[in-house]
Amino acid sequence: MTVAGINTAEPVHKTKGPLRRALDRFFENRAARAGLIILVPVLIAVSTYHLWWPYGPNAIDLKAMNKGPSAAHWLGSDGVGRDVFARLMQGGRISMLVAVCSVAISTVIGFFVGAASSFGGRVVDATAMRFVDLAMTLPPVIFLLVLASIAGTGIAPTILVISLLSWPVLSRMIRARLMELRERDFVIAARGMGAGLPHLLFRHGLPNTIDILVVYATLQIANAILLEAGLSFLGLGIAPPEASWGNMLNLARSTVVLEQYPWQWMFPGAALVLTVLAINFVGDGFRDAFDPRSDLN
Amino acid sequence: MLNFIARRCATGLLMLVALSVLIFILLRLAPGDPIDAYINPSVPMSTSDLETLRDRLGLDQPLPLQYLAWLLAAATGDFGYSIQRSGVLVLPLVMERIGPTALLMGAGLVIAIIVGIATGIYSAVRRNAWPDIAMSVLSFVGISSPAFLTALLGLYFFSVLLRWAPSGGMQTAGAPFSAADVLAHLILPACLLSIGHAALIMRYMRASLLEVLNQDYVRTARAKGVREFWVIIKHATRNALLPVITLIGSTIGIAVGGAIFLESVFNWPGMGLLLVNAVGTRDYPVIMGATLVIGACVILVNILTDVAYAFVDPRIQVS
Repeated sequence: MTVAGINTAEPVHKTKGPLRRALDRFFENRAARAGLIILVPVLIAVSTYHLWWPYGPNAIDLKAMNKGPSAAHWLGSDGVGRDVFARLMQGGRISMLVAVCSVAISTVIGFFVGAASSFGGRVVDATAMRFVDLAMTLPPVIFLLVLASIAGTGIAPTILVISLLSWPVLSRMIRARLMELRERDFVIAARGMGAGLPHLLFRHGLPNTIDILVVYATLQIANAILLEAGLSFLGLGIAPPEASWGNMLNLARSTVVLEQYPWQWMFPGAALVLTVLAINFVGDGFRDAFDPRSDLN
Repeated sequence: MLNFIARRCATGLLMLVALSVLIFILLRLAPGDPIDAYINPSVPMSTSDLETLRDRLGLDQPLPLQYLAWLLAAATGDFGYSIQRSGVLVLPLVMERIGPTALLMGAGLVIAIIVGIATGIYSAVRRNAWPDIAMSVLSFVGISSPAFLTALLGLYFFSVLLRWAPSGGMQTAGAPFSAADVLAHLILPACLLSIGHAALIMRYMRASLLEVLNQDYVRTARAKGVREFWVIIKHATRNALLPVITLIGSTIGIAVGGAIFLESVFNWPGMGLLLVNAVGTRDYPVIMGATLVIGACVILVNILTDVAYAFVDPRIQVS
């Protein structure tokens, strides 16, 4: 009697849901934990620096021009006496903003193109996928440059350029998943009961592609940070005086800065690589965690 | 085989046309009168001349016809004039940049292939020994760090601090041409360009070789008493190389991206530097010409690797 009572009272502890198991797997992954340990402090520092750091990113200290790291300016100062640490934090804020916004936009585009491709019939599918082929064959940087030459510099154009560039790979993955889903019994049943396209897409399509979306979005944020930095490095993304990790690195294209003031470009470079690595670790962790086969290993 | 090559070339051509349509539309969206691209700024022009030119380019016609007129001109090599450099035709400007870029990318790829395959084999054979783990970590860092940062760091350490290599350009200014001089300028950017690629090739090579080493025919070769060295080199590596060949072909686009950053850091007079400068100064005819030439080269390399793959692995032609 009592045994049966316990069993019916607490079935929750016996079987964890798939999401819970995925999270458990994620936190068991050492690399993913390391990624989080790096990423969380970076995010906190970048988003709160204005509360605890005395200098602003564009505040000029004329007594400290091109000075190396010191107690007052932890990471030194640049050619017009701006604090490198403050600019690093502000640059991180801009880089993250650009990355998150562009990934959000490109994820939406990717999902809908993938959906159109798998539900829209042969012609739509063929056109969309040939376009994706083209975009995947050609060097992304080339498209990036062409788009940037039209869109110009600044935060909004940079977001636009990066988001227009990043969706093709995602749309292909979404298409493959939805194609497979379309033939499944529960989708056929839903269709038979008269479900419309929005219901099919958002009630069945979205929950069943959420793993792809999360993994893609995480890894793509790292990619978008790199794209933004690359564009700004070439002088095409975020224009000064606004700070970004890319345009701080751009300073090093002048030989004097490269040779004599390495702190002005090495710190943004290190921040860039560290953040990108951390995000990649977290993204890989998500991918392994969402893969149900990983329990077998 | 011929059939396969023909089919591959046809899709390549289609892609090139699609690319030209895309670039054409994108650049027509750009601000400015497209006719500016076809005026030689150093030659004075009357209004009637201008109208004739407008007529010939079809600029008063609907967009699809404009595209056809532009395509016809482009097919005969007429990409118009550079806006920023007065009187310079786009085509020769682009053509003279192909050589240096091909040299840089070729050298980078050769280094990447040699280093990537060698370290990949070593890592797979000595799996989980410390050099393998060290190389895995290094390759992860190599893949994650952007080309412009490795370029800057390389320039700083090897040219500025150690003074082992010249800090930019393709030749010493003012000196007569010599192969040794070009080689001295080439070696550092080529090595830096190869880092990301070598890391990628190493990871693929390691995974692919590990898979092959578990196959029955490898066990058979060992059982027959073949020396371990030859088992690895002849029996395993030859088959493990197959996926690596496709990888090299499909990542050529990434290499082009890396080359653009290296060229602009090292002032290497190639396509990338030309394109970056053209984008910076909004020199649309040059952007268009350079993009098309780069696109054509990438598509060509892709066809070549596909054909090479079909030669090495006959199974591919069936599908």
